[in-house]
Amino acid sequence: MVNLLANVGVWWLEILQRVGRGFLFFIQILTGLPALLMRPGLLIKELYSVGVLSLTIILVSGLFVGMVLGLQFFMTLSRFGAESALSVTVNLTLLRELGPVVTALLFAGRAGSALTAEIGLMKTTEQLSGMEMMAVDPVHRVIAPRFLASVIAMPLLAVLFSVVGILSAWFIGAGLLGVDSGSFWAQMQTSVDWYNDAMNGIYKSIVFGIVVAWIAVFEGYDTIPTSEGVGRATTRTVVNGSLAVLALDFILTSLMFGGI
Amino acid sequence: MEEYIVFDDVHFSRGQRKIFNGMNLAVPKGKTTAIMGPSGTGKTTLLKLIGGLLMPEQGTVHVDGKSVGQLGHDDLFTLRKSMGMLFQSGALLTDESVYENVAYPLREHTKLPEPMLRDLVSMKLEAVGLRGAIDMMPSELSGGMARRVALARSIALDPDLIMYDEPFTGLDPITMSTVVTLIKKLNDALGITSLMVSHDVAETLSIADYCHIISDGKVVVSGTPDELQQSDSEWVQQFLQGRPDGPAPFHYPTAPIAEDLGVKHG
Amino acid sequence: MRTTRTQEAWVGLFVILGIIALFALALKMSNFSSYKKEEVYRVNVYFENVGGLRARAPVTLSGVKVGRVEEVAYDPEELEAKVVLAINSGTNFLPIDTSASIYTAGLLGEQYIALEPGAEDETLKDGSKIRHSQSAMVLEELVGQVLVNLTSGDEE
Repeated sequence: MVNLLANVGVWWLEILQRVGRGFLFFIQILTGLPALLMRPGLLIKELYSVGVLSLTIILVSGLFVGMVLGLQFFMTLSRFGAESALSVTVNLTLLRELGPVVTALLFAGRAGSALTAEIGLMKTTEQLSGMEMMAVDPVHRVIAPRFLASVIAMPLLAVLFSVVGILSAWFIGAGLLGVDSGSFWAQMQTSVDWYNDAMNGIYKSIVFGIVVAWIAVFEGYDTIPTSEGVGRATTRTVVNGSLAVLALDFILTSLMFGGI
Repeated sequence: MEEYIVFDDVHFSRGQRKIFNGMNLAVPKGKTTAIMGPSGTGKTTLLKLIGGLLMPEQGTVHVDGKSVGQLGHDDLFTLRKSMGMLFQSGALLTDESVYENVAYPLREHTKLPEPMLRDLVSMKLEAVGLRGAIDMMPSELSGGMARRVALARSIALDPDLIMYDEPFTGLDPITMSTVVTLIKKLNDALGITSLMVSHDVAETLSIADYCHIISDGKVVVSGTPDELQQSDSEWVQQFLQGRPDGPAPFHYPTAPIAEDLGVKHG
Repeated sequence: MRTTRTQEAWVGLFVILGIIALFALALKMSNFSSYKKEEVYRVNVYFENVGGLRARAPVTLSGVKVGRVEEVAYDPEELEAKVVLAINSGTNFLPIDTSASIYTAGLLGEQYIALEPGAEDETLKDGSKIRHSQSAMVLEELVGQVLVNLTSGDEE
């Protein structure tokens, strides 16, 4: 019995320690950000590997998610003779929820895991220690640009996801199922609000960007320097990152769109 | 004789395991000092303590008269600029070319124009005999070449101290003798303080001015290579000659095997 | 740590694409097209109940959009909801006895205002008031009425 309690205690202390290290690490990253302005080259390189290389999966997913949404909402709405509401439902779903959330989940899987593995491997092969011995702070030099690039890339990717999704829903609804194309766009004007819907979606994705990037770089930096350690850290990034996104989404939604 | 590095009663442990238990050590300036010891005695930890990558739990480490554990971030970084460290793996940046790797510390700490940078890098690579590999990627290098590139990188800023972490491990005989000659030549030419940790006895003894053998978190014996060779300690002889059994037992301490197998005594 | 030109170009493309998408969304959403200085004139109409009518809802004539709702507010003097309609100047032939009704597009759709022209010769001008209005249908009231009718029918 005492043993069990002790185990719970140890487990809890370990979690607290990790959280503490994570916060200190976050502050360290933030102090490294101003120096980045002097060296945009570092940022561009990371924007490429984090943003451009995630583009394919984001755009293709947006395409299919939009088409499925168009089809599903059409089928449900047409039962009530409310096909005309297709535009509102699809647009609000994509801009408020699916755009930011699915993008963040895909990002955690595609770019987050790659970041963790890359940083973890750099640690395992002593590249990070090597940098420190060359009097270069790896948090500023390696971590900060990757973090900032992720925070910039996330809202851009989310907007692209939503736009592709809306276009493909329009293609399915107006092109194939016979919803009036004009009213599709007109409804978007009348019932989707720029600040309430689109901007809140973008704010969400910025928050997701910060959280996913933070988890990814921290897991990489905190890796146990073995090949097994890197593997576990990568898994943790995807699992913790996705869970954090979903939990945060609930909190943000209730704050932004009210209800609670 | 001036001392460059001084360990004073240093304690350090990893988790439950005590690695240094009141370690005292002095490394003279301008000489080549070797630290030898069985695997797992914390030789790499020792180098990391000097570089300030790790902090001692108790005691102090002085480098060039400064206590490493008490330096602020900026002072520590200034101190590190005067140190070069050759990691066991080389620790080259895998997504940068050989040229960029060697140029890296120069780019970070100086504002030299590109042509001068190119010249400097060429000179450093020439010193390790790899100027021809300047445009290769680390993945295209053999283990020995990677270590030589790393060596070129660690002398890029003309440090006062170079630390070698197992410089001879995992090399074929030819590459090994290349690296041995190289280290010797560099030290003679640059007149800098060298500290190497190794368990390759013959090579280490051939280039070191002083040797310290550590075991159980303490320095056990110190002296010039000749003095060590003539030591009458059983343990030192076992280590230097690499005998499997002796004062350092072949068996990790445990209960007698008979107990494990359930054989009853008496 | 050199970045290649192709990488830089891709990053540029990525950022530009993202910004274009953002602008496309903004354009599609905030109806800039109708902010385009279109000549309008304003008429007021009072409703007992506007239901879910909101500003920017369309105003139609026989199903054709001829303007939009500019403002929905409660008028403490008339004790009714006051709705300001901005009607395109091109539609300047509406008789003074035109009536306005609030309808719903589909069962669940948006609410809009439908105008029905009267027979007078005099036409609506800027600042005129539409006298005939029909409030939004409120589901609860409808159900209530039906129930009342049914029960009173029973008594007879």
